[in-house]
Amino acid sequence: MSSSTAAQPYAPKTRTGKVTDYVDSRVGGSGIVKEFGRKIFPDHWTFMFGEVALYTFVILLLTGTFLTFFYDPSMAETHYEGSYLPLRGVEMSVAYASSLDISFDVRGGLLMRQIHHWSALLFVASVAVHMLRVFFTGAFRRPREFNWVVGCTLLILSLAAGFTGYSLPDDLLSGNGLRIIDGVMKAIPVVGTYLSFFLFGGEFPGTMIIGRLYVLHILLIPAVILLLIGIHLFMVVLHKHSQFPGPGRTNTNVVGYPVGPVYAAKAGGFFFIVFGVLAAISAAFTINPIWNYGPYDPSPVSAGTQPDWYIGWVDGALRLMPGTLGDNFDFEFLLPFPWGVNTLSLNVLIPALVPAMIVFTAMFAWPWVEAWVTKDKREHHLLDRPRNAPTRTAIGVAGVTFYCVMWAAASSDLIATHFMVSLNDVTYWLRFLVIFGPILAFMASRRISLALQRKDREIALHGRETGRIVRLPHGEFIEVHEPVDDYKRYKLTAFESPEVTVPKPDENGKISLLDKAHGRVSRFFFEDRVAPVTPKELEASHGDHHGEVAGAKDRESIASH
Amino acid sequence: MKALSQRRRHPLAALALLLMALLLTGGIYAAASTANEAQAQTTTFTADDVEEGSKLFSANCASCHGMGATGSDAAPSLIGVGAASVDFQVGTGRMPMQMDGPQAQAKPVQFTEEQISQMAAYVASLGAGPSIPSEEILDASEGDPAHGGELFRVNCAMCHNAAAAGGALTRGKYAPSLDGVSEKHIYEAMVTGPQNMPVFSDANVSPEDKQDIIAFLKTIEEQGSPGGADLGSLGPVSEGLFIWVAGLGVIIAFTVWLTSRSS
Repeated sequence: MSSSTAAQPYAPKTRTGKVTDYVDSRVGGSGIVKEFGRKIFPDHWTFMFGEVALYTFVILLLTGTFLTFFYDPSMAETHYEGSYLPLRGVEMSVAYASSLDISFDVRGGLLMRQIHHWSALLFVASVAVHMLRVFFTGAFRRPREFNWVVGCTLLILSLAAGFTGYSLPDDLLSGNGLRIIDGVMKAIPVVGTYLSFFLFGGEFPGTMIIGRLYVLHILLIPAVILLLIGIHLFMVVLHKHSQFPGPGRTNTNVVGYPVGPVYAAKAGGFFFIVFGVLAAISAAFTINPIWNYGPYDPSPVSAGTQPDWYIGWVDGALRLMPGTLGDNFDFEFLLPFPWGVNTLSLNVLIPALVPAMIVFTAMFAWPWVEAWVTKDKREHHLLDRPRNAPTRTAIGVAGVTFYCVMWAAASSDLIATHFMVSLNDVTYWLRFLVIFGPILAFMASRRISLALQRKDREIALHGRETGRIVRLPHGEFIEVHEPVDDYKRYKLTAFESPEVTVPKPDENGKISLLDKAHGRVSRFFFEDRVAPVTPKELEASHGDHHGEVAGAKDRESIASH
Repeated sequence: MKALSQRRRHPLAALALLLMALLLTGGIYAAASTANEAQAQTTTFTADDVEEGSKLFSANCASCHGMGATGSDAAPSLIGVGAASVDFQVGTGRMPMQMDGPQAQAKPVQFTEEQISQMAAYVASLGAGPSIPSEEILDASEGDPAHGGELFRVNCAMCHNAAAAGGALTRGKYAPSLDGVSEKHIYEAMVTGPQNMPVFSDANVSPEDKQDIIAFLKTIEEQGSPGGADLGSLGPVSEGLFIWVAGLGVIIAFTVWLTSRSS
């Protein structure tokens, strides 16, 4: 474009051109497309879980909107007159009756309900897997610490969205879940009963709770989730996407495809794939068959009463907590106050709050904990392979184990019936595992990480074992090692391995307590390490891929085989 | 009236009053306990049946339950358990017991209908107990499934699961799934309380209510699952397992496909 024509306003020639130019000159879309369309994203299948979470959230909004057209969050009493025979004439709340109507009398209602619920399960699952990916690859390091915190908040909000939605049908199953919430709240000393009365608008179950949960579920929580998703994605664009190390991939570039047209097509197509998979699952498999459970009534509790999977770990912790230790110690204390005696029920409060506090505190604080340990203030855009950060990986696996044992405990009754074992034994074993499982998992996974690093080192230096056995002229048998190609070797050697930092005395010759503590933690983290292959070592091993004994002549004869 | 008031301070008045009170309470108790008793025998057994049943009992049951069904250290006395108990335990294969364990498990039935009824006749002849229910009360089409469902959720679901899929009890015991259990055996289980199940007497759950419960169970059994495959009707655990394994598995397969380089 020459300078003389640059002054001329652009005159589109085609009809489409005129329309787009009309819009563009008022909205400025081309600038956004130019900037955002050329944004590069790296390709790796583990980078797509966040996308799954986003798409399931969109599906939740779509199907949820449909459900609000027919759902009535009223706890007024009614008698069911719909088409499901085994509940005809039964006294129930309007909320439950309208949920049944959605299931049996609204065209497409049951499918929508099932897509909504299956999407909710997949939403939280994909959020969880996405976070595990970010954790184990070290993608939370500078500059992404705040985005990690936003992600943690999103996880908690998705749990809240799930739980409030689970309670809306006002069936027996969800009512039992609310009863547990009520029980936990009432276990809080002094203010517990007040909190419960505020939430339920009187004694449980009252006539308010469904309406209140409905407002939280369809208005407040999704709005905050949407806001945080916006912030989350904005920061992804701002920081650029992290990538796994590879030839040509550095801390200052992003190697991949641009959004337009590749990722726009891939991501758009992926949305329909996720929607399609969920629709297929929902059409073929039932979820939360509320008609089985009947209307909520505080007296019955059905066997097999569990929350949805993401709340299961808290339920499991409650199941694992012993009611009493020995014959007398029952975890209950009477607190004398000026106004009388209040009860402190630790056998409810400990399992309900302590594991959640441990998990969430560790999760939120981790980026800063690790930064303090490594004293690493640099930006990181290249990801770690989990094995190359053995202690972080081991701590992560320990956390996952802690979570999974509690998760399993929520299904202790089903483990007992399906594996034909005693429910009591299942509980005893899981009590043991919830304490020692994480420790064992930590030790095992750190050893496995180090072993994998050693294997990588071997392969980088001596190549791949081909399984081809060759007999040399002087009678010796050797196995031929095939050197790995440069791309693979880059992957095996390009990583950082921090070493233990020893605390240094200050000008007075003293080491502060904090520095001493740091020294101990640093030793705990980095004492066992496998050093990455150095160029020198690589040079020394070069051309010698089958052992040190074979001479040049032998090598020739091997090559000719 | 005057005669009565004149004699109210008679030395024997207290005794008469006591007698009257005893008669009254005893009478009420007798009336109440007969109401609680199982329905009158609906199946009649011949002396021949009892005789044959006695032989079968001696050959197959007496080693644990003792000669004359008086019980032993290994097994309880069967005097007064009634024909319904025999029909349930033997008719579902729970007896003779396959092995010692937390509870007797259902297995293929070991005896013919005739043999079972002969053993039932023998045990019924030892003492009064719940009898085998009649055909009319077992007719599920006469019951009200909605009312039965309410009763089921209040009385049965805490062990058997709201969808009658079964559930765990303590120390290896369990409440079995009720899918495919015959009307007769459901009724008999309620009146006899086998294994760890409590007895739901006619005073607690009337025969008509039992019929409603059977109607409920048969309705949910026949209607199938309206929303697609039910994943065992085990609730959120099987749903969670399904989405993590199958749902996420399929999604991961797609992510791998989408990020694979086309060659």
